[in-house]
Amino acid sequence: MSLLKALAEKPWLPQTAGADFAPVPGPLPSNPGRTALKFFIAVASVIFFLLTITFLSRTQYPDFQALAGEPWQPFSNTSQLWLNSAILLLASITLRWGVMASRQQNLGQITVALFAASLFSALFLFAQFAVWQQLYSLGYFVNSNPANSYFYLFTGIHGLHLLGGLLALARCIVQFAIGRDCAQLNKGLLLCRSYWDFLLLVWLFLFFLLTLSSASYRAIAVLCGF
Amino acid sequence: MPHTAIADQPDESHHPTKFIWKYIWSQDHKVIAIQYAVTAIFVGLVALVLSGLMRLQLGFPNSFSFIDPSAYIQFVTMHGMIMVIYLLTALFLGGFGNYLIPLMIGARDMVFPFLNMLSYWVYLLSVIVLLASFFVPGGPTGAGWTLYPPQAILQGTPGADWGILLMLLSLAIFIVAFTMGGLNYVTTVLQARAEGMTLMRMPLSIWGIFVATILGLLAFPALLVSAIMMIFDKVIGTSFFMPALVSMGEQLDYAGGSPILFQHLFWFFGHPEVYIVALPAFGMVSDVIATHARKNIFGYRQMVWAIVAIGGLSFIVWAHHMYVSGMNPYFGFFFATTTLIIAVPTAIKVYNWVLTLWKGNIHLTTAMLFAIGFIFTFTHGGLTGLFLGNVVVDLPLSDTYFVVAHFHMVMGVSPIMVLFAAIYHWFPKITGKHLHKGLGNAHFWVTFLGTYAVYLPMHYLGFLGVPRRYYAIGDSTFIPDSAQSLNASITVAALIVGIAQLIFIYNLIHSLRKGEPAGANPWGATTLEWQTEHTPPRHGNWGAKLPVVYRWAYDYSVPNAKDDFIPQNVTDADVVMVDSPLTTSSDDSPESIDLGPGALS
Repeated sequence: MSLLKALAEKPWLPQTAGADFAPVPGPLPSNPGRTALKFFIAVASVIFFLLTITFLSRTQYPDFQALAGEPWQPFSNTSQLWLNSAILLLASITLRWGVMASRQQNLGQITVALFAASLFSALFLFAQFAVWQQLYSLGYFVNSNPANSYFYLFTGIHGLHLLGGLLALARCIVQFAIGRDCAQLNKGLLLCRSYWDFLLLVWLFLFFLLTLSSASYRAIAVLCGF
Repeated sequence: MPHTAIADQPDESHHPTKFIWKYIWSQDHKVIAIQYAVTAIFVGLVALVLSGLMRLQLGFPNSFSFIDPSAYIQFVTMHGMIMVIYLLTALFLGGFGNYLIPLMIGARDMVFPFLNMLSYWVYLLSVIVLLASFFVPGGPTGAGWTLYPPQAILQGTPGADWGILLMLLSLAIFIVAFTMGGLNYVTTVLQARAEGMTLMRMPLSIWGIFVATILGLLAFPALLVSAIMMIFDKVIGTSFFMPALVSMGEQLDYAGGSPILFQHLFWFFGHPEVYIVALPAFGMVSDVIATHARKNIFGYRQMVWAIVAIGGLSFIVWAHHMYVSGMNPYFGFFFATTTLIIAVPTAIKVYNWVLTLWKGNIHLTTAMLFAIGFIFTFTHGGLTGLFLGNVVVDLPLSDTYFVVAHFHMVMGVSPIMVLFAAIYHWFPKITGKHLHKGLGNAHFWVTFLGTYAVYLPMHYLGFLGVPRRYYAIGDSTFIPDSAQSLNASITVAALIVGIAQLIFIYNLIHSLRKGEPAGANPWGATTLEWQTEHTPPRHGNWGAKLPVVYRWAYDYSVPNAKDDFIPQNVTDADVVMVDSPLTTSSDDSPESIDLGPGALS
């Protein structure tokens, strides 16, 4: 039943008169984990959305110096960021493999897939940290320019979200190690997969956003009315 | 993930036996609700004492040496933040949300009981961090409850070293706690309703809590983002919000940041926050009014739609808090318009409460008194909101006591009236005992009349141009001396109201020990929480079998039905009918309404 139709119900009428809205007998189909994840993704999306809005507005202040666009700027060469993206993509892919393996109850594949997914996710975090170190060594400190501040802030918050995801994944793995319940693992991994996909999309968006040139920011700002 | 909470297998939901698991590290939503409520009420009393100290200074300036200008503005800041976030939000959603959601929708518990427990302990941590700021060098922050930069983090503002950091940290921790709780509330409402409980059969309390939680989940991130960015500005020296400025004769390292940006973020959270507090209040007061007027709520569908509409609109009115901020003047037109639009569903709700009372069989219980009091205070607070929502009226009134009077009436007194109504209404279910009616009525009349004695004159002070947040009016040409005597009378009234809350605290403690036993359903209510096997409900709520719902939540005084209420879990076949309408609805003897479960069969 669609939400609008549900909201049109006239609950004060006797059931026979409101037969269109008669409740489905039996308990509700229940997948609380999926519902909660949807809401959590909404919450995280709002965080990144608001940061993006403030970022775009801040790009139009005279002291803002974009991190890309000119040859001497650090992200004129984005090969390191592409590499990091590939690592996160691999984490996402291996998680999908884990979902399939858990469905097929293939213990060997499950082990390898979970190990690889955890490894690639952790590797992504280290690689992001390496980017921070590079920026730092080049003199792009957190407080030296708003573009730098936003880069550290965005990637830091994204990394924290991935870290939270890793904790959830670790919980799935520990539960599986104790109970050897493939169905339960599959349920947990399905949620992890959706979350990793979300984080991959967010990262690709951030990658795009943070490596634009000043002229591109100007164009976007004009479009957005800043 | 095991969900013993929603599976209809009570054997699997192990009942904790040891004290520590039953009452401290409890995963039972009812215990967590009480933990939330006790913590919130405690911290609310701290904020009440702070407001008393502020009033002492305003009413009798220069009489109290321990209240200097710094201390005064610190009291203002902490009072505001504690009341809005740590009392109202926590008590409505963490307290009543936790207690009522599973019981009212017919679930055994929240869907994620462990996360629910964690939510409370993280909330407690946020309270401890906040209160710790009273004990650090420099004391708590005196930035005003809106924490506007740049002054919030600059030297010269009280608590600029530690107080502001602890405040921002505490807010961030609170938001984590709220997110854990909030995910639980929405998921439980969507996934764990009893058989037959369609969305439109849910009591309005649940609708209010549900939509408010969604608002919270989407609005609190704005506060989180601004708190994190301000921590960066303070600790690392970034310039998100900090412009280039000279402070105490010294050029600071900040450059180019936008303080207005913070205001946008803050109010993008701040305005929905008003409705995060108000929507649960709207819902709960609807249930109290319908139950104690023995009448179905007038316009149930409108009420639901209004809650949803207000929830949506609350995200596009935020900048009416910022007319004087220097933002683009064209914004004012847009936000004044949306502000007027949001008044429409709000007004519909007020009309519907009044129309529910119309020709109802009104039982003037303490809960009902507070509910009716709420209609008065909310209407007054709402109408002054229409003044302030219009740019031309807001400009002269901005930052005066008119604003203080407005928001205290609409989101201070009004939600608290509902909280009291709710406590008097649900206390018998929570404890099995009635609160003392005489003490309750005394509490109501002093509180209700007292708040009018406090806030009506404040509107007048606002018209005179008395600015808010000032330590003392001092000598000014445009404010007459009589304003000071008005201030003194407000202080006396405020202190009386504050002290009157001791009656309430005494009533709670006294009734808990020696209150009159209430029985399962003392008010003759239809909703599921009154139909539990035990009062107070035990762990798992429902005994062997979950309830099944056959009707909406407002079958009061149904024509030809023998009793003037039909619980939601009673089938049509089990309703005892009589040939002609009885006049029992006017029979309010305890025997006629104190019907426990199964009394109809």
